[in-house]
Amino acid sequence: MAYDLKLRVWRGDRDGGDLQDYTVEVSEGEVVLDALHRLQATQTGDLAIRWNCKAGKCGSCSAEVNGRPRLMCMTRLSDFEPEETITVTPMRTFPVIRDLVTDVSFNYRKARELPYAELGPRDADGKRRMMQVDVERGQEFRKCIECFLCQDVCHVVRDHEDNKQHFAGPRFFIRYAELDMHPLDTHDRRKLAQEAAGLGMCNITKCCTEVCPEGIHITDNAIIPMKERVVDRKYDPLVWLGNKIGIRNKDNEGRAEV
Amino acid sequence: MATTDHGVTSPTRARIDVRTLRQDRWWLSPLTTFVVFTAFVVYATLRAFMGRDYYATPYLSPFYSPCLGDCVEGASDFGQPFAWWPLSAALIILIFPLGFRMTCYYYRKAYYRAFWLSPPACGVAEPHGSYSGETRFPLILQNVHRWFWYAAVLVGLVLTFDTVLAFRPMPAEYAVGDGETSGVHMGLGTLLMIVNIAFIWLYTLSCHSCRHIVGGRLRHFSRHPVRYRLWTWVSRLNESHGRWAWYSLFSVAIVDLYIYLLATGTIQDVRFF
Repeated sequence: MAYDLKLRVWRGDRDGGDLQDYTVEVSEGEVVLDALHRLQATQTGDLAIRWNCKAGKCGSCSAEVNGRPRLMCMTRLSDFEPEETITVTPMRTFPVIRDLVTDVSFNYRKARELPYAELGPRDADGKRRMMQVDVERGQEFRKCIECFLCQDVCHVVRDHEDNKQHFAGPRFFIRYAELDMHPLDTHDRRKLAQEAAGLGMCNITKCCTEVCPEGIHITDNAIIPMKERVVDRKYDPLVWLGNKIGIRNKDNEGRAEV
Repeated sequence: MATTDHGVTSPTRARIDVRTLRQDRWWLSPLTTFVVFTAFVVYATLRAFMGRDYYATPYLSPFYSPCLGDCVEGASDFGQPFAWWPLSAALIILIFPLGFRMTCYYYRKAYYRAFWLSPPACGVAEPHGSYSGETRFPLILQNVHRWFWYAAVLVGLVLTFDTVLAFRPMPAEYAVGDGETSGVHMGLGTLLMIVNIAFIWLYTLSCHSCRHIVGGRLRHFSRHPVRYRLWTWVSRLNESHGRWAWYSLFSVAIVDLYIYLLATGTIQDVRFF
């Protein structure tokens, strides 16, 4: 059943812009991205939108719908009342380029600051082996589609532009956690996570977890475990004493601090 | 509330002059947390400083357990090493459960949102001009959470002991029928203490630090099958850590209130057998 949807869309660029009202015909079963595409096709040919797969897997169409960071392709119109006005804006943490498109290069800079896995020597037969249970642990983090909604909602950078220099953000904390839990990696990233990536800036208010379209438990399974690993390294006298008297966790042997 | 020009209204960002475009009742959750936590803090502070009406045979209030100060007769099962302490005996021991909850990862989320508005809700701009998270004193002390967890385990064991003692026979003045007072006793207080200790243990064992200590810190689950199994159990509990935090907060206050009402003679214990 078709009906007229009231849309309010942010239009503009770095020099300024505002919310503009439109009415567009939509059909049952459609998503916000469908409505915007129809708007673009019928009324605003120059509306800038970044999108690709329309299936919630490419992470391109990140925006804010009624003030909440969402993938536009995964936000069903049936979640709203037909007479409700839906407001769509670009992500408010990143510099705007035009309309709904933002410059997310902040995230690529942070990715470059993170050392990749450095694997240890191969087994005698030239292979590397990991047990299935160890492989599975990091799989949750591999689900990340890099939509950067977690980075967008994180108040550390959303509300404090100056923190961007010293804070990697939740997307990269799951990468730190994944690599730190990797049984074959030889890097010890705990110091890097605490100092360069600004793990201590996170006050675990869990918004990143709330907005993740892949349902990754970013806070519970990545950020807090990394914080606990930092505590192991720096704030736990029992671990320190264990290291001094030789009763230390053999699990971390062969790792070098980066 | 004013927004700042270094947050969502920074010069490079999309020009939107409101701190949030959310239309739902995002303020309800932090407001509820604020009201309930404030009520608990007020109640707990009053009871902790009161220094009396914390023991009604055979029940000892969890706020005063273990009672190590100059406590009333029958309340000190572990002696009175701090008998010289001039203030309420609760103040000697409460620092441990209080510290455990104050540094708890769940409570941090709750009070940072509800009390410090940092942020008040997701996608709602916080009112502060600068932010350093948990990198500086005093918030860097949140890193001692696991030390409070060790203490909380000990307190949990003491409270478990208290719950066992809550089955003790009642003295003569509580006798029923033909004056029989021997054997095992169970009253509503005992039941409340059982429920309380169950929630206390669920909360303590579902702690993120506990999860890390039992197995989370490992890089090779495969080499430590027992610790891995423990980690999976704690992980399952950990999914509801926030729920256990709330339930145990209520249960500990209810047990204390019940014992207070008994000790002041306001009510009589409902005795099952």
